[in-house]
Amino acid sequence: MSGMSKIVKTITNIAIPFILIYGLYVIAHGHLTPGGGFQGGAVVASGLVMIMVAYGSVWTMEKIKEKNLSMLESLGAFCFILLAFLGLAFGSVFFNNYLVGSNSLFGTVPAAGSGLADINTAGVIPLMNFAVGLKVIAGLFAIVLVMAYAVTKKEAKE
Amino acid sequence: MIFNFPFIAVAALIFVGLYAVVFRKNLIKMIIGITIIESGVNLFLITLGYREGSIAPIYTSSPGGIMSLPVPQALTLTSIVIGVAVLALMLSLVIHIYRHYNTLDVRKIGGDEE
Amino acid sequence: MDKRSIAAVLAFSVVAVFFIFTALLIHPFGAPNSTAMDDDIITNTQTETGANNAVTSVVFDYRGFDTLGEATVLFTAVAGVVMLFRRLKK
Repeated sequence: MSGMSKIVKTITNIAIPFILIYGLYVIAHGHLTPGGGFQGGAVVASGLVMIMVAYGSVWTMEKIKEKNLSMLESLGAFCFILLAFLGLAFGSVFFNNYLVGSNSLFGTVPAAGSGLADINTAGVIPLMNFAVGLKVIAGLFAIVLVMAYAVTKKEAKE
Repeated sequence: MIFNFPFIAVAALIFVGLYAVVFRKNLIKMIIGITIIESGVNLFLITLGYREGSIAPIYTSSPGGIMSLPVPQALTLTSIVIGVAVLALMLSLVIHIYRHYNTLDVRKIGGDEE
Repeated sequence: MDKRSIAAVLAFSVVAVFFIFTALLIHPFGAPNSTAMDDDIITNTQTETGANNAVTSVVFDYRGFDTLGEATVLFTAVAGVVMLFRRLKK
């Protein structure tokens, strides 16, 4: 599909940083407020689809090739499985949360029943949120981009 | 009949979706019916885990009180993502069927039964 | 097709009666039957996993294996869609 007029492109340029920042906020604070990897990934993918609607799918496919998107999605899935196997290496079971209680990256433990929110808590969970968020962003945007690009060319069938 | 109203709403949603799948002959309408059944099943999973007068199961700035059950909410998240994935595959198959047969009527596609 | 549509209407009404019968006889809305596992998860989620959000700790820590299965389903769906729209270069 072709792009839209100059007014739509200007408003998209203004609104897209706010959408991306809000989506990254929902992904990063998944262990404190409602949200997490899947929800924030859907928000960011909706923002990228807005770019594709405003500028046209032919222009977007030339700037972002689909093999970059599939490489990002495989990277997200690989990081998720790597974090699960590191739990097996440092503890005793698969998916062990090995960073809780230790004095390293995300290690502090909140007091039971308190309502204070510290971002330095919850062990492996924020890292898993980033891996799953990257996978969902690349996957949902790849689905929409491939389907919108394939219905443009009508003369090059099979 | 007010006391079990969410469960009656679930039954009505699945009823409407099943009607669209069985009694309609256009492929897009059948896909919309499958999506409505999916929404009804997700609503059923969420309403199984509600306690009377409870708040969301999150401790950050919570006003205190009993909390609703977190496990059905986690299973509904998985179900919504799987619904999106299945819908994407169904729609791409419908695009290929339309390019090949040039019609969307279910009675006119498929097999060699003359 | 008349016999087939009569059979469809009959089967459909049987299923509809079954659903409405179940919706009126299920446990009352707001009082679930057995809540022992979820009460354990709510009271222990801050000391065992360190997260303030009980739903995220269930999705990624107590039931992380289901999230791995869901990530596999999403990956398979994206691979299927991209494969269906690939065109052979001449």
